[in-house]
Amino acid sequence: MNPVRLTGRAALSLTRGIGAVALFTARGLFRLRPFYGRAFGAQLVQIGWLSLPVVGLTALFTGAALALQIHSGGARFQASDVVPAIVAIGMVRELGPVLGGLMVAARVASSIAAEIGTMKVTEQIDALVTLSTDPMRWLVTPRLWAAMLTVPALVAVGDIIGILGGWLVGTQSLGFNSAGYLANSRAYLESWDVVSGLLKGAAFGLIVAVCGCWFGIHSGRGAAGVGRATKSAVVAAAVAILAANFVLTGLFFE
Amino acid sequence: MIRIEGLHKSFAGKPVLAGVDLAVGQGESLCVIGQSGTGKSVLLKCILGLTAPDAGQILWQGRPLDRATRPAFLDRFGMLFQGAALFDSVTVWQNVAFRLRQRMPDAQARAIAVEKLARVGLGPETADLMPAELSGGMAKRAGLARAIADDPAVIFFDEPTTGLDPIRARRINDLIRGIVTETGATAITITHDMDSVRAIGDRVALLQEGRIAWDGPVAQMHDAVPLAAFLGHASGRRDTNAT
Repeated sequence: MNPVRLTGRAALSLTRGIGAVALFTARGLFRLRPFYGRAFGAQLVQIGWLSLPVVGLTALFTGAALALQIHSGGARFQASDVVPAIVAIGMVRELGPVLGGLMVAARVASSIAAEIGTMKVTEQIDALVTLSTDPMRWLVTPRLWAAMLTVPALVAVGDIIGILGGWLVGTQSLGFNSAGYLANSRAYLESWDVVSGLLKGAAFGLIVAVCGCWFGIHSGRGAAGVGRATKSAVVAAAVAILAANFVLTGLFFE
Repeated sequence: MIRIEGLHKSFAGKPVLAGVDLAVGQGESLCVIGQSGTGKSVLLKCILGLTAPDAGQILWQGRPLDRATRPAFLDRFGMLFQGAALFDSVTVWQNVAFRLRQRMPDAQARAIAVEKLARVGLGPETADLMPAELSGGMAKRAGLARAIADDPAVIFFDEPTTGLDPIRARRINDLIRGIVTETGATAITITHDMDSVRAIGDRVALLQEGRIAWDGPVAQMHDAVPLAAFLGHASGRRDTNAT
């Protein structure tokens, strides 16, 4: 086939895909009436509360490992004492939102895609229609809003736990004074560092929920179709989070 | 009550419905039969608004079903799906009372759900079970309870006996016949099962090559020439299943 035509087709297909996902997201976000409060509450628990252990553990070990790395790396140019500040800034600006987002993507995007995909292949989505219920409003809107609201909260908790992980390593094995470590962490942290991390969290939450819902609703038939939808949701969410992180970091700090 | 006029639908250039004309009167029980791939499910999806027809229209009480009129139609509509299609994430009574809970307190909705479950032969102990804990026959009954929970004027039954053994299939057929007679609802059943047709239907329509090839009273179906081939196929398949 003609390479120009091939490129053109790929570009058109990509543009059409982006447009379709954008419309899907807009419909999911703004079709609020009727608002299904019970479904929203259940998603707050599913996406937010139940992700807390995995996000917390990830943050704890990341903060601890970061402290060790900064300490050993900083020692090369006599800068070991920057550990508290770098751990705090690194966690809050970058590692908290990105790793938190990726962990939520692994846990939540897969579960949303599998649940909605299974509902599709077992005609439960058609059943919703026959019960006068719009699947977008009942399935997608609560998940999008719940993810967008809970992931920043998870990021905030992850930031604190990550800094505590660094503090634990700093005070227990690197010889830092506890009060001094915490004071140093606070001293170099600016409010925009925190706010930008939380904004990233909201964006990553939206990405996770959109990927889960999109691939679930467009799942193929049978177990294989649901399996493919689940895999695609996780891969797409992870790549989109990393790409969005790059874009948002550029926007926020350049 | 429901009239389908010249319905056409193609997928990838292949016609599935090629001018379906069909009417179902108030309180009538119509069975639509046809071999696999003849467009029975597509016809159903067109009526529900899940698939847009290429041409033709569906009228309910004399008005075309479109974006404006379909919500009112769906409010008076109940459906039993082939696999029951119960929502996995909520209990049986919450499934049955799904629509009721959107406009009344839970206690009231639950009481109605338990009453409907009793109507289909399921005791109150099933109300708090999850759908995954039900057998195939129980799930079908729970699906039936959900279909009738809001006293619909029109009920669709999609392959109601598929996957059930002959004894359970007969019970479901009897239940459906009883409910349709009791409520006076208009019933449309899509099925391969000629026992269902005999038990449930007043009228039968044969869908063949995208059109209604025969439409008439159930009592006359054995004399109908276009049905002979299908009846032979259906009984042949049943014999095969029995061996």
